[in-house]
Amino acid sequence: MNKSTIVVGGGIAGMTAAGELSRLGVEVTLVEQEQISGGHAACWDRLFPTRRPAEEVISFLREQTDSKVNTFSGRPVTEILHHESMFTATLSDGTILRGESLVLATGYDLFDASRKEEYGYGIYDNVITSAELEGWFKNHQPVRTKNGRIPSRVAFIHCVGSRDEKVGNLYCSKVCCITGVKQAIEVKEALPACDVYSFYMDLRMFDRNFEELYFEAQKNYGINFIRGRLSECSENEDHTLVVKTEDTLTGKPMKMIVDLVVLLVGFVPRSQNTQMLLKLKLITGNDGFLQPEDEHNGDNLTRIPGLFITGAVKGPVTIANAVADARATALQVYSFLHSNR
Amino acid sequence: MKDFGYQAHRDNTIDFEKNDFRIARFLLEREPSLNLCIGCGSCTGTCSTGHFTEFNIRKIHTLIKRGDTEMARKQIRQCMFCGKCQLICPRGINLRNVILGINRALEKI
Repeated sequence: MNKSTIVVGGGIAGMTAAGELSRLGVEVTLVEQEQISGGHAACWDRLFPTRRPAEEVISFLREQTDSKVNTFSGRPVTEILHHESMFTATLSDGTILRGESLVLATGYDLFDASRKEEYGYGIYDNVITSAELEGWFKNHQPVRTKNGRIPSRVAFIHCVGSRDEKVGNLYCSKVCCITGVKQAIEVKEALPACDVYSFYMDLRMFDRNFEELYFEAQKNYGINFIRGRLSECSENEDHTLVVKTEDTLTGKPMKMIVDLVVLLVGFVPRSQNTQMLLKLKLITGNDGFLQPEDEHNGDNLTRIPGLFITGAVKGPVTIANAVADARATALQVYSFLHSNR
Repeated sequence: MKDFGYQAHRDNTIDFEKNDFRIARFLLEREPSLNLCIGCGSCTGTCSTGHFTEFNIRKIHTLIKRGDTEMARKQIRQCMFCGKCQLICPRGINLRNVILGINRALEKI
């Protein structure tokens, strides 16, 4: 075997790295635990901030990998071993893959919203997550309450499971702010008569065209942004919901009855990774995500030569940034494979 | 109902089911740029009146959007129309027109 690599994870980062390495002439094996590649992005309808269909990005990456990369899908990796400069990945069906280098692109999990019990997810009928709402859009399902009514008020709740010491996640998940703005616009487009409210602590519009989308949400869609974190949500007899916050900009407590609450769930480290990564003795940060060797000059490197990390396995990241990161990783892998080891 | 002589506390909550949004609707229709506020407070920070009195234009227009017009009723007349708030606003809100609109609305409603 010559100049080979195993890419674990067929999401945006893994597919990008696999495609780029294949173009550079490296023999690539891509492993994806699901039958369908694309990772979380495959569950998205349209992407922020331009609202282009997610399918466009994924099909581009599939063209780069399909038929060019040896792909194993529908089987998770159960064990990764590093021995005498070779990596061995064992799949759940017993298949054993070998490579001179390995790229970990195993991504993240979504925060389990039921952990914020005071928000009532999994208890009340009309509390849903941003991922579920995105699924409705993708499946062309109308925005309705559980019993089929057209909502007249929808509340988006930012920072669910992020920036919250009570669930052990001090970090910001970065993409929920802009996701909330995008989805608020989409709800308003689908239901022009519906009043849409966003409850936020800060709106972190850090990337290009994010702030502009926020501006557009206010200007063209009349989305109401209220600075205040949801303290609790309770259900009325008719299954509408009472949300209680402080309107921090006026310094007064506030309550409102809404028909639908959308919780913007953040990123958490992938739990099934833990055992696998423990064996490799990889280092995680206090946030539980993988820590690179050098956050500036080696942010795809690990303590093991030939083992690289890319994408959301290192923490919350946008699709655009995951693509950029994976391309950088591909170059690192390439120069590793061509170095005098 | 029997009056027991106790004084009930005034409800300090912004209650969307009880509040009156007529002035908010009137204002937003007349000056839609008001919806662009990001609560930065530049307007209040530069306000000539606000430096000497309790007058807080950011709170006044935010409360109106929440259907609470009490502060506006008490204070809006203190504005001297110097227009510094409008000059400084990073979102380009036409604040003089907002204040004029609040005055008009309070006369009518």
